[in-house]
Amino acid sequence: MVRMVTDTELRPSTTAWPVETEQLRVKAGRHLAVDGLDLRLGVGVHGLLGPNGAGKTTLMRALSTVERPSGGRLRLLGEDVTNGRALRPLRSRLGYLPQHFGFYPRFTVREYVEYVAWLREMPRADIPEAVQRAVERVGLTDRADSRLKALSGGMLRRVGIAQAIVNGPAVLLLDEPTVGLDPEQRVEFRTLLRELGQDSCVLVSTHLVEDVVAACSDVVLVDKGRLVWQGVPADLTRLGEQGGVGDSAAERGYSTLLANHRSAA
Amino acid sequence: MTNHIPAASLAAYTTGDPALDDTAVWTIEVHLENCPDCRAQLAAVAPEPLTALLDDVQVMIDRGVRTGPEPVRRRAWRRLAHRWAMWSLIPWLVTIVAAVLAAFALDRSFPERPSLVLLLAPVAPLAGMASAWSRRTDPGWEITAGTSRAGLELLLRRTAVILAVVLPPLALAGWRLGTTPALWLLPALTFTAATLLLGGRIGVVRAAAVLGGSWFLVVVAPALVTADMPALIEPSSTPGWVVAAVVGAALAIWRVDDHRRNA
Ligand SMILES: [Zn+2]
Repeated sequence: MVRMVTDTELRPSTTAWPVETEQLRVKAGRHLAVDGLDLRLGVGVHGLLGPNGAGKTTLMRALSTVERPSGGRLRLLGEDVTNGRALRPLRSRLGYLPQHFGFYPRFTVREYVEYVAWLREMPRADIPEAVQRAVERVGLTDRADSRLKALSGGMLRRVGIAQAIVNGPAVLLLDEPTVGLDPEQRVEFRTLLRELGQDSCVLVSTHLVEDVVAACSDVVLVDKGRLVWQGVPADLTRLGEQGGVGDSAAERGYSTLLANHRSAA
Repeated sequence: MTNHIPAASLAAYTTGDPALDDTAVWTIEVHLENCPDCRAQLAAVAPEPLTALLDDVQVMIDRGVRTGPEPVRRRAWRRLAHRWAMWSLIPWLVTIVAAVLAAFALDRSFPERPSLVLLLAPVAPLAGMASAWSRRTDPGWEITAGTSRAGLELLLRRTAVILAVVLPPLALAGWRLGTTPALWLLPALTFTAATLLLGGRIGVVRAAAVLGGSWFLVVVAPALVTADMPALIEPSSTPGWVVAAVVGAALAIWRVDDHRRNA
């Protein structure tokens, strides 16, 4: 099958950073969970690491435009998210898997992914093919017509990933995507991540340092709503060779960075 | 498209000649996509191993088509329902319809008391509107809230569904009680418009709570306690409701962009 490339796809990107924050502040309830975060993310797979309560989920929610920032600046694909007019077209170029993937139990896998493609305003004619491809990429082809309520936790997580990638987003946000996946599926998922990171900006929040080392081109470490460190996984591993707490070199690097940051603060 | 690909370039392309740079390859492929003649030419000059590989692929595809899953029949009505309705709304709508029916039964039994149907009419759509946009009642809220159609478009679709469900029982009850449609329809539309208007500022859930609560405290509760017919649901207040509904709808349409800002 031959598919013509559209003008929009060929248009050069005018933004250097798909994700750019300046002194970003976001509230979770009354608490300021993201507190003055400066971050720039380019094309590639970025692993977002941090202890529980570091503000990872709140940051993901702000980047997905679900939560409004309470201060600072947030630009996605060059657009300020507080600009109401730009928001609608911008959202059609985002993909988001929340930490708690709420779903409608009566939908089938295909119906659900199709519904999200529609919500993200994909062109009508492209939807069936895009849905099929997304379902295939997460390995759910043979369950495509099962109701969501009949699926296991790991399968639901994969439906969540399928709905996030269906529109071929330029910015893809995945909050704890590997929860509930078995080791083999995790390895497949890392391959998918590397594929997706070739031409889009993927941010994966996780508590598994090993996932980050295996699949990410860049590591972002946050604590108490601020950026602690940003660098390549190899640097994290190198730091870990000099000591620290953890099972692997990368984990030791992670704990060292966090401990240094906390003692400095 | 008038010039076909020169035979030499085509031969170079089939053998993967490194002398062809990306631009040349691209030009050839764009032409091939649109030109059956050159595709036929390409097939003729393709080397033996390539045609053998293509044959193998063809056989594999045919086998996949025969043994793979059947295409699924699209159920258009299900898709339509997904896009317009919200399953978490159903319990609310059932409750509201039941409340209207109960109010109708009481009005029939106690015709001398203030009409419960008319007291209920303004706020009947509000409970549905609150739940349609609530983080708590919609399991898929976090997925939908960050999408292009979230905010304004889904809100208007869901409001339309709510009105389509709530208005017919009100119409039926109003007709059987012999009240003028203006006294239930206009207040219902006024409060719906006011919820949309205020919701653009403070959120639909809060707006529905504020407006519904005020109506209950200021009008419904005193009417139930004193058993006096409130002036607001007397036929004499019809002109007032006409103005309120028109102004409310106009303001809601004018400020509809407020819902775009709401993340
Ligand atoms: Zn030609």
